[in-house]
Amino acid sequence: MIVENLRFLGHRIVNAVWRMGYASRFFMLILFYSGTSFRRFHLTIRELFSSGVMSLIIILVAGTFVGMVLGLQGYETLKRYGSESALGSLVALSLVRELGPVLAALLFASRAGSAMTAEIGLMKATEQISAMEMMAINPMARVVAPRFWAGVISMPLLSALFSAMGVFGGYVVGVVLIGVDEGSFWSQMQAGVDFQHDIVNGMIKSFVFGVAVTAIALFEGYDAPPTAEGVSGATTRTVVESSLTILFLDFILTAFMFQGE
Amino acid sequence: MSSQALVEIRDVNFAYDSRPILKGVNLTFPKGKVIAVMGGSGCGKTTLLQLIGGALKPSGGYVKVDGQVIHELDHKGLYHMRRRMGMLFQFGALFTDMSVYDNVAFQMREHTDLPEEIIRDLVLMKLHAVGLRGTHHLMPAELSGGMARRVALARTVALDPMLVMYDEPFAGLDPISLTVVGNLIRRLNDALGATSVVVTHDVQESLKIVDYIYFIADGVVVAEGTPAEISTSDKPFVHQFVHGEMDGPVPFHYPGGDYGQDLNLRPGR
Amino acid sequence: MKRTTLDLWVGIFVVAGLGALAVLALKVGNLSTYNMSESYQLQAHFSNIGGLKPQASIKSSGVLVGRVAQISLDPERYEAKVTMTIDKRYQFPKDTFANILTSGLLGEQYIGLIPGGDEAFLKAGDEIKKTQSAVVLEDLISRFLYSKAEDSKQVDKQPN
Ligand SMILES: Nc1ncnc2c1ncn2[C@@H]1O[C@H](COP(=O)(O)OP(=O)(O)O)[C@@H](O)[C@H]1O
Ligand SMILES: [Mg+2]
Repeated sequence: MIVENLRFLGHRIVNAVWRMGYASRFFMLILFYSGTSFRRFHLTIRELFSSGVMSLIIILVAGTFVGMVLGLQGYETLKRYGSESALGSLVALSLVRELGPVLAALLFASRAGSAMTAEIGLMKATEQISAMEMMAINPMARVVAPRFWAGVISMPLLSALFSAMGVFGGYVVGVVLIGVDEGSFWSQMQAGVDFQHDIVNGMIKSFVFGVAVTAIALFEGYDAPPTAEGVSGATTRTVVESSLTILFLDFILTAFMFQGE
Repeated sequence: MSSQALVEIRDVNFAYDSRPILKGVNLTFPKGKVIAVMGGSGCGKTTLLQLIGGALKPSGGYVKVDGQVIHELDHKGLYHMRRRMGMLFQFGALFTDMSVYDNVAFQMREHTDLPEEIIRDLVLMKLHAVGLRGTHHLMPAELSGGMARRVALARTVALDPMLVMYDEPFAGLDPISLTVVGNLIRRLNDALGATSVVVTHDVQESLKIVDYIYFIADGVVVAEGTPAEISTSDKPFVHQFVHGEMDGPVPFHYPGGDYGQDLNLRPGR
Repeated sequence: MKRTTLDLWVGIFVVAGLGALAVLALKVGNLSTYNMSESYQLQAHFSNIGGLKPQASIKSSGVLVGRVAQISLDPERYEAKVTMTIDKRYQFPKDTFANILTSGLLGEQYIGLIPGGDEAFLKAGDEIKKTQSAVVLEDLISRFLYSKAEDSKQVDKQPN
């Protein structure tokens, strides 16, 4: 009984390590075959459309709502200490440092990441990938790498849009609806948010998230068993794995970036 | 004859993990001919095509195409060889995110520097050859099964390959589409001066269009011959296959241990 | 190669994203007040900086004139050494007074510069000699309690 459980556990661990190695090799291959994505940039543009443009609506709407909630909650909390004027700084800092990169990446994973996995998985299941290989065309270069770079380019842009919409939402609730002084809202924000320290670091975060989410989504699609269940399972795994990875990486990056405070 | 052979398959062995699929098969495909490879489902026909295309490596023997041993080619050499091959996959494998036009144009755009006007003419010519010029703006999802197969056919021969492989081109087609596709395979082969391999279990259709037939069972070639020889053969296997009989050398049951034991029937109960 | 509507959408997306980034940098962040090439550095020692942080603002008469670049402990004097980046447009007399202040009761801490009357100006790398440390709230409270206690002692004594 115990031996059996141990064997099962050992099997799982060996499998996980194996998959990690395979995933790393896959990631290296993406980078190795990335030349085409830039030489024939229209391939990447196509994917920018399906990952970036198609995620625009959800990012803009979600960003606005998150900013509005931040405005409301932040105001209620700050009011107790008589520092409502710091609302702008609170909203903007939360957004550019944490919520923008993290929430945009989570939304991106479930909107674009899952779609990428399903698409690649289905291409594999319907032998489109094998067909490409038989035509002497490398699917890593032609199919996978352009999607990867599109995701990596989209993510920081989407995160910037999310944060900007969030600030706008916070402004609407804080200044327009509640009546916090407009001047102090913006000036406190500018005084509180540092370009290098907050905005650039936030962008670095979302770049890293973009790499992680897209790589996971593509790997899961490429590795999916070529059946209906295989593809649907892989899609679920993409969302779960990339969400956990985003939160974990966020912790690591935050610890590195903002430890000096 | 061997001087004119485009494909030579010699003593090829292949196993998935430890399950042997092919146990020393020998086939020769002369230039310009249409050859059928037949056998029951799961006998290794697709596997054989993948060995020719270099997607799999034999564990013994070799596959020679145009004088070159496939599994000894490096990545570049293999890709170079594949450019001169066309493969029609079992279900067409059209790129679902591209229009019919883009599907046929795909290899021309990837492998040549032809200007778009010439590609346009070539694509329309290929589509015309399969009778589907009018569908060039449609997406694969908008085609019927038979039409999709013909578009896939046009895409397969887009770069005028010297060797065309068809994996079950008749599967799932209605009788009319089936005859259409069969005739296309023959006509395209002769028009291109190519060599074609048709993997199928549709005996009647293949007998009409091919020059030579191989039968594979249990990992070896069990019979071969011209359509005339095959249709009059009295070999039990061929006879069963050609006439679609249920009983014969090809067993109805997959090997599965003792039936009584599986049902928990023990003697003495 | 033809231009397609797809290109247009991707273009809109990229422009919007970069625009959002620009808004973040200029309107939300302080990039508009960054002028690294047009600045010079000053030093000051404080016995206690309280909660002052790098990038804190430096103001004179309430106007932002620079930012705290670096904070370290001077190993000889055991005092905080603060390096400030000041906008080139603003020159301060040699006897300028640097004060660590708090915006509001619990707000951010910043450095206030109060210019003196000296004819000569501080040059890049100079040190501001006259400084006043941060008011540490705990000190303030304990001092307040202490003086209260003193008061009450005196009150206690009086009736005797
Ligand atoms: N990737 C694989 N891994 C393990 N076994 C496989 C794989 N592909 C095919 N097989 C097995 O090999 C045998 C031959 O397959 P295949 O060549 O596809 O047969 P068919 O003649 O029907 O085309 C089948 O029994 C199949 O189960
Ligand atoms: Mg098959």
